[in-house]
Amino acid sequence: MELTGAEIVIRCLQEEGVEYIFGYPGGAVLHIYDALFQQDRVKHILVRHEQAAIHAADGYARSSEKVGVALVTSGPGITNAVTGIATAYLDSIPMVIISGQVPTFAIGEDAFQEVDAVGITRPCVKHNFLVKDVKDVSVTIKKAFYLAKSGRPGPVLVDIPKDISNHKTDFIYPGNVCIRSYNPVGKGDSKQIKRAVQMLLEAKRPMIYSGGGVVLAGAAAQLTELVRLLGFPCTNTLMGLGGYPATDKQFVGMPGMHGTYEACMAMQYCDVLIAIGARFDDRVIGNVEHFAQVSRKIIHIDIDPSSIAKRVKVDVPVVGDLKLVLDQLLAELRNGKQKPDASDLASWWKQVDEWRVKGGGLRYKNSTEIIKPQYVIEKLYEITGGDAFVTSDVGQHQMWAAQYYKFNKPRRWINSGGLGTMGFGLPAAMGVQLINPGATVACVTGEGSIQMNIQELSTCKQFHLPIKVLSLNNRYLGMVRQWQEFFHGNRYSESYMDALPDFVKLAEAYGHIGMRIDSPSDVEPVLKEAFARKKDLVFMDFQTDPTENVFPMVPGGKGLSEVILAEDL
Amino acid sequence: MRHIISLLMENEAGALSRVAGLFSARGYNIESLAVAPTEDPTLSRMTIVTSGSDAVIEQINKQLNKLIDVAAVMDLSDGDHLERELMLVKVRSEDAACDSLKRILSSFHGRVIDESNSTCTIELTDTCAKLDEFLLAIGRNMILETVRTGASGIGRGDRILKL
Repeated sequence: MELTGAEIVIRCLQEEGVEYIFGYPGGAVLHIYDALFQQDRVKHILVRHEQAAIHAADGYARSSEKVGVALVTSGPGITNAVTGIATAYLDSIPMVIISGQVPTFAIGEDAFQEVDAVGITRPCVKHNFLVKDVKDVSVTIKKAFYLAKSGRPGPVLVDIPKDISNHKTDFIYPGNVCIRSYNPVGKGDSKQIKRAVQMLLEAKRPMIYSGGGVVLAGAAAQLTELVRLLGFPCTNTLMGLGGYPATDKQFVGMPGMHGTYEACMAMQYCDVLIAIGARFDDRVIGNVEHFAQVSRKIIHIDIDPSSIAKRVKVDVPVVGDLKLVLDQLLAELRNGKQKPDASDLASWWKQVDEWRVKGGGLRYKNSTEIIKPQYVIEKLYEITGGDAFVTSDVGQHQMWAAQYYKFNKPRRWINSGGLGTMGFGLPAAMGVQLINPGATVACVTGEGSIQMNIQELSTCKQFHLPIKVLSLNNRYLGMVRQWQEFFHGNRYSESYMDALPDFVKLAEAYGHIGMRIDSPSDVEPVLKEAFARKKDLVFMDFQTDPTENVFPMVPGGKGLSEVILAEDL
Repeated sequence: MRHIISLLMENEAGALSRVAGLFSARGYNIESLAVAPTEDPTLSRMTIVTSGSDAVIEQINKQLNKLIDVAAVMDLSDGDHLERELMLVKVRSEDAACDSLKRILSSFHGRVIDESNSTCTIELTDTCAKLDEFLLAIGRNMILETVRTGASGIGRGDRILKL
């Protein structure tokens, strides 16, 4: 039977088992929205801004193992989506974005709402397509899903001109597609695995450094097994939190700019570092020359060869799917009789524990007068039993959430690590809540970030999403203010948020419950009350200490061992 | 160091801009880029002349391989290879007539492919370095116009880049 391009799009989504898509209609996608209207298998979530559609699809993907799907119109629809797409790209999130385009005959004529979607998104997608023939719609969408979720995942854009979505052809959904120029890797090279195992066993000061790749690959169980089998210290990057249980004694916290003292020092002074699905980002290892001053052997496992030896020299590169490679490593370790030298390991742990003491752990000076933001996160952790999905925006609150909420499971911590996109948290939480109905979803944000996508409170009302929004309101763009205090002579240029709205009234105007919390003694009762309201979105406006800073801190351009602790200032 | 990188990619709209965009986005140099379809019309062959440290060249190779449209990449500079570039140079007729230019032309194996009352167009095919030498030999003052294709490269002997 012949179907229109638009009907084919929806049929393809059905075939892919897509339950929810996030989008916003417009002229170029009218046929697709018409096809959507005439079925009920694919449910559409109408956001209030296209950026939020992408973040919602992103949160949906991050908190499940599924591909997020978004649908936007041409021109401003796609340009609004670009920030979301770049966010997903930097964090390697599997996503398919379908965008409308002006009709093929109008392309290049500066038509109404025309923008070169493929051109504008090219640097921030894994791949993109412009469909020029209705016969190509189904195979292109199949390819898009395949590309998005295989290999190193990422967003894939399919741009469909309006006339193509109205042309007709026979619908056949290909069972699988082959792209001759694209062959994602599987197992790691067995010789490299043997070399890696040998190096790990001979290490005197070993360190396991895992990143977002472990979470994306679904390899948290393998990582946990490896860490326990070897008995080494383990750190998870901001993107990798939950890859190894944060409450375990072998976990030394997050490394990098706002990592723990012990994680930074152990990264710097280990003699063998095994990086698993992590990429030696500037926020993790700081100054690359400083990092290279200490000699250490590096084993790097990643699905993407271009992540290896990009910023640091690597002794044993292993390219492969992390799940398979870790299985290979575990098998190799179990087959061999050799174990890490117990006395070497004991003296290394002694050193790490000394750093733990010197760093003093994550700490802050609590107050009975003013709410400390860290205290709110600690209470959030307690009240949710450490089992919530926590999304965040970007800034100080993000770092405090990463530090003080101990993630024991992967896919629970949802944040924009690579691009650092303010406005990510609330729409991401919508996607998380939809794919995890009944789960506790908290959005940790600030009064700056929340205002970048606050209109989504309306979407939350329409679709009954009982997200708990914790806004750590310090009246400042806190991270900017912190840098201005440390590095710009206390000149708080444009970082004070004047004329803030009454967030309680705002939440109420959107039909939600708003609560303002001024006193530390109210933090716990309010959180308890809010989380007891299982069906309601509750917006909590915590009036927090505006002078609080995030510690420890490795200043930009500095090395890991130059980490500043709270008392150093 | 100068490298000549050859690649095979899908002959599709946008494939060239993905490669060119990669170089500009990541701050890599492109000295020249030559591209045309192969005997298989679904594939294009591209030759890129670039330069950079070993680490940068390694990244360029990896990043090119990562592009979905790129089917195969070979750094020709890793082994024996040939490179040829085509150049067209237009000079004034009276300059073309002088003996010194004729001598230079014959020693560089160039040939005249067009003559008018006032101009003369010369064709040369050689390595990029040889073409540079030619231009230096005849001098800038004589040149009305220069067109170069950028290098095309191929492996020597059994070094073959094919799908």
